Amino acid sequence: MTNPEMVESLIYEKPESLTDIGTHYCPGCTHGISHRLIAEVIDEMGAREDIIGIAPVGCAVFAYNYFNMDFAEAAHGRAPAMATGVKRVNPDKVVFTYQGDGDLASIGAAEILHATGRGENITVIFINNAIYGMTGGQMAPTTLPGQRTTSTPLGRDIELHGFPLRMCEILSQMDGAAYIVRRSLHDVAHIRKAKKALRTAFEVQRQGLGFSMVELLSSCPTNWNITAEDSLKWIETHMIPTYPLGDYKVHAALSVK
Amino acid sequence: MAKELLKGNDAFAEAAIRAGCEAYFGYPITPQTEALEHMSKRMPELRRVFLQAESEVAAINMVYGAACAGVRTMTSSSSPGISLMMEGLSYIAGSEVPVVVVNVMRGGPGLGNIAPSQADYNQMVKGGGHGDYHPIVLAPATVQEMIDLTVEAFDLAEKYRTIVAILADGSLGQIMEPAELPPMQPVRKLKDRPSWALTGAKKRDPNIISSIYIDPVEEEKVNLRLMAKKAEIEANEVRFRELLLDDAEFAVVAFGTAGRIAQSAITEARAEGIKVGLMRPISLFPFPYERIHQLADEVKAMLVVEMNGGQMLEDVRLGVEGKVPVSFYGRMGGMVPMPEEVLEEIQKLARSVKN
Repeated sequence: MTNPEMVESLIYEKPESLTDIGTHYCPGCTHGISHRLIAEVIDEMGAREDIIGIAPVGCAVFAYNYFNMDFAEAAHGRAPAMATGVKRVNPDKVVFTYQGDGDLASIGAAEILHATGRGENITVIFINNAIYGMTGGQMAPTTLPGQRTTSTPLGRDIELHGFPLRMCEILSQMDGAAYIVRRSLHDVAHIRKAKKALRTAFEVQRQGLGFSMVELLSSCPTNWNITAEDSLKWIETHMIPTYPLGDYKVHAALSVK
Repeated sequence: MAKELLKGNDAFAEAAIRAGCEAYFGYPITPQTEALEHMSKRMPELRRVFLQAESEVAAINMVYGAACAGVRTMTSSSSPGISLMMEGLSYIAGSEVPVVVVNVMRGGPGLGNIAPSQADYNQMVKGGGHGDYHPIVLAPATVQEMIDLTVEAFDLAEKYRTIVAILADGSLGQIMEPAELPPMQPVRKLKDRPSWALTGAKKRDPNIISSIYIDPVEEEKVNLRLMAKKAEIEANEVRFRELLLDDAEFAVVAFGTAGRIAQSAITEARAEGIKVGLMRPISLFPFPYERIHQLADEVKAMLVVEMNGGQMLEDVRLGVEGKVPVSFYGRMGGMVPMPEEVLEEIQKLARSVKN
């Protein structure tokens, strides 16, 4: 029995920019959220056929299986250099990298720094979960002081391992940076803000304003050894104090609006 | 086109431009820097891409990216810089995208020096990076060959979707001699880029370029495909030059600059009545094993001359399979043998076989 007054109204569907494949990500991991946000933004911009993504080495190494668009898989940390090559010979396309903290802030520190310095007109999605996920939970350059990992079993000792790197703070100092912001994926309100930032970052590239990066504070319940729910709380209570959310660099052409 | 007086480094860079190279990424290193400088001036003039990277690590990954986008692209460097590129080259080999690399070798190991050397033979010819792969390696001996082989390299790279390396040395990079450049080829139009290239998935399924196959069954299939390609290259792309081998009792085998020096020594030796000829491999991979094997039936002994400690020597011995004695003369560390030194080795060889 159908009610003639009920009208079907679609309010949620899979973005065209995602493939119909289940991901390999652990339950509770926020990679799925960031993938979906990126896909929604690309759909909304109508950019799916004009975009080229570069996947990292790390948990997101298979990102190209989940995004329904042209993709390459880079060597560890080299995605910004590879994206530079793709973008320079495809200046009219939108080119983005998707990189974790080990990839971007450790082994790829030189490549990200110089891509920013050149004002390379690419967009970088930086997933910061303060740990190496794929290799099983070792210390990342973003691991918090005192944080236990499989390579800092007694907690990160700053005397031994030094301090966490704050990439937004570092890169926003550079003249080539057009849009550098940090967002979090720990609750719905912040997820919505993250999506808005992703949209702005891609628009910055479309307008040719220079280098854009959105850092997303993300969870890794598996390697943090806590529940998915607690890991979202942990982002709020532990990560945000070390990695304050906010806009670190916003190109003048954007603030006029 | 008429001959011009050209420096090796400028010549191969200009040859690449004329072969339709659309994007060059590099990092300064002696003795190849003139190539980067040439590109920095010419590429923007032609509205093509030139970028000085922050390191050779970045340069090769930029090349990797541009190659994935389906354009003709290259880098050039010298020994220590090429070592830094090995990671990227392995990924490029695994992804099967066409790339041209020029190595203007210098003395090593370590920082070494900036003098001519052939000590990176093993690194380049046997793969260099991790995994089972074989770039095509071409060894010029003159500025003209630097030009011709660079042009050919782009065609071969695309034909086989492989890395093609030009293995030159500091002498060839710095020498000036008359040579003829090819006519200018236009760069490829966007619509003519290969079907596998990353250009945006417009009205087609997405293209994925990757070197990861997490399932060993799949990874082995990729390796078998690379091996099949290797066999095809071995069957079709062997290149070498011979001189005065028709009546020769002795053969000198030498590539690149060492081959050129050996040629002078052979002329001297012939004047003394020693029946000696030159076999100069141009393709180091694929190596002319078959011809060397055949040659071993025609001569009494062979001499390998290299500017290293005896690297190609092993390949020559693989070809000879013990049929005749193979002796070796090499200079290392950036030292270049004089023709008289090689002549002395030829004389020794001739005496030893007669006795």
